[in-house]
Amino acid sequence: MLVAATLALLVTLALALLRAALGPTVFDRLQAANSIGTVAMLLLAVFGFLHGRPDFLDLALVYGLLNIIGVIAVLKFFRQGDLGAAGEEGR
Amino acid sequence: MSAPVDIASGICLLLGAFFCLVGAVGLLRMPDFYTRMHAASVLETLGAGFILLGLLLQAGFTLIAAKLLLMGLLIFFASPTASHALARAALLRGVAPKLASPEARSSKL
Repeated sequence: MLVAATLALLVTLALALLRAALGPTVFDRLQAANSIGTVAMLLLAVFGFLHGRPDFLDLALVYGLLNIIGVIAVLKFFRQGDLGAAGEEGR
Repeated sequence: MSAPVDIASGICLLLGAFFCLVGAVGLLRMPDFYTRMHAASVLETLGAGFILLGLLLQAGFTLIAAKLLLMGLLIFFASPTASHALARAALLRGVAPKLASPEARSSKL
């Protein structure tokens, strides 16, 4: 079952990567990047169990944290064109 | 480890793998950005949830289970936040949702 889950996650990763390459708008690419981050997190966890080394879970946690920060930061950049912009109240 | 727990874990892993695949196919095939977001949310809720549940059943009561729960909590809070921010940003930047044509909608009413 772990092998099947790993293979399915790899296929998922490939399809999301295809969407990131194709995506017509930048938001499609960002959505794909977010999905890739989530799937990579799951893949690390399942792969750790597959090899009997669940230490990979720490890496998965760090990956998840970096993923959410990355998506929000890139999103802010593409929405306002400036990482230091002061939110949406003035708009 | 007892056999029923193994079987339950295997079923959860397979279900999670299935929902991940469904989400990815939706991400690739759906017609516009907002529907693709809907497909990606399947991947992040059901797919991730079932896979983490399957691993949790294999882990038992250990530190590993605590880490898995933490991962689940992270996905539970982070992915709706990211989806909300994405949809809002796309709407502000003028990505229009793809709607049915007016005559199709009037024929439904």
